[in-house]
Amino acid sequence: MKPPPFEYLVPETLEETLEALDGADDDVKLLAGGQSFLPLLSLRLARPSLLVDINQISELSWLRVGENQVEIGAMTRESALEHSQELRAAAPLIAEAMPLIGHVAIRTRGTLGGSMAHADPAAELPAVAIALDATFSMRSKARGERTLGAQDFFQGYFTTALESDEVLTSIRFPRIKPGAGHAIAEVARRHGDFAMAGTAASVTIHDDIITEASLALFSMAEFPLRAETAETALVGSAPSSKLFAEVADLATRDLDPPEDLHASANYRRTIGATCVRRSLELAVKRAKGRA
Amino acid sequence: MTTSRDISFHLNGVSTERSVNVRKTLADFLREDCGATGTHLGCEHGVCGACTILHNGEPVRSCLMLAVQADGTELTTIEGLSPQGELGAIPRAMKSNYAFQCGFCTPGFLISIAALLQDGNRPDERSIREVLSGNICRCTGYESIVNGVIAVVAETEASES
Repeated sequence: MKPPPFEYLVPETLEETLEALDGADDDVKLLAGGQSFLPLLSLRLARPSLLVDINQISELSWLRVGENQVEIGAMTRESALEHSQELRAAAPLIAEAMPLIGHVAIRTRGTLGGSMAHADPAAELPAVAIALDATFSMRSKARGERTLGAQDFFQGYFTTALESDEVLTSIRFPRIKPGAGHAIAEVARRHGDFAMAGTAASVTIHDDIITEASLALFSMAEFPLRAETAETALVGSAPSSKLFAEVADLATRDLDPPEDLHASANYRRTIGATCVRRSLELAVKRAKGRA
Repeated sequence: MTTSRDISFHLNGVSTERSVNVRKTLADFLREDCGATGTHLGCEHGVCGACTILHNGEPVRSCLMLAVQADGTELTTIEGLSPQGELGAIPRAMKSNYAFQCGFCTPGFLISIAALLQDGNRPDERSIREVLSGNICRCTGYESIVNGVIAVVAETEASES
């Protein structure tokens, strides 16, 4: 057998899970959809002493679309989010990111919370959370519930603010406003692969002037980054190809992205800038359509 | 340390009970403990699609689940697509379109196709290609595989009209 030995627990409630995690150290791991964690187990890169499988906890799998926000239970499957028309209307960026995540069979099992907690720097969902200023709710037996903004949740390569005795319970996104448009763009070697560079954008337009803009770049650093100088340059301006090209340069020129076999730092900056341009063009077009 | 659990599930419609080591992947369990060797293992980390099966009617990578997670579920493997030893509609259409070369990737492709065509779904070529992008054929016989799916869709339409 490929995975190393571990104790295995399948709690049916969140309370049971928190009980099991209470006083836990880093040797205890939660198993969500497992689409990233199972390979780590099989390669024995992860050697948990206890594996707590939270797939049976129905109270962590739900979707609530409210007047001003969308809240999603952490164990909601990606395929459920992909096919929810209600979610597509209320927070289109989430639905649009789904087809970019692996393939159909991966999204059957993969979960929203699992992707966030895994915090792969090349993953789409953390970037969506950063772009939309999502709020993360987590709970432990010892300290009860706490919430953190996306920018505080992601802390580094595969590292989040989650403590070893905590469970990520839900994630809250703002509902898209009138006059706003969302778009995600990425470059990957093959469809379904992790992106070599990508951006998630949200733009609000009133009377042909950009009034709000947020732009998150992924696969460009150890976690998704907000391009704040670029956002400042967008707000108050009229959208144009010239503006997007300038902003794409602003957003990427000072970055020092990782290099690997598939992309040098320079190449990542170049395709990152292209993604900025593409996502802004599409977001603006959609914003105008919804005004 | 508790190393094994008793699980019960339906495998291709047959009620099955087994004791399984908690660290065994579902793919290894199907092949080694259930004799369902039609499920193939390629990359073993979710990329190649060869081990795709239906879990409660939905396509999953059996290398990315633990066998113990199959407790209480319905599993369909490639063997389940051709009950009674006769080729089902999908394998038959693939055969007549020469959609196999070495055949290693075939079980995963057929399961992905079965999932795609469930509930009377009639995908266009674009959606067929999109879904099949999750399965890798290293003989690169993709055209004939896509043609096979198009043929199954056409056959279903013809038989219904």
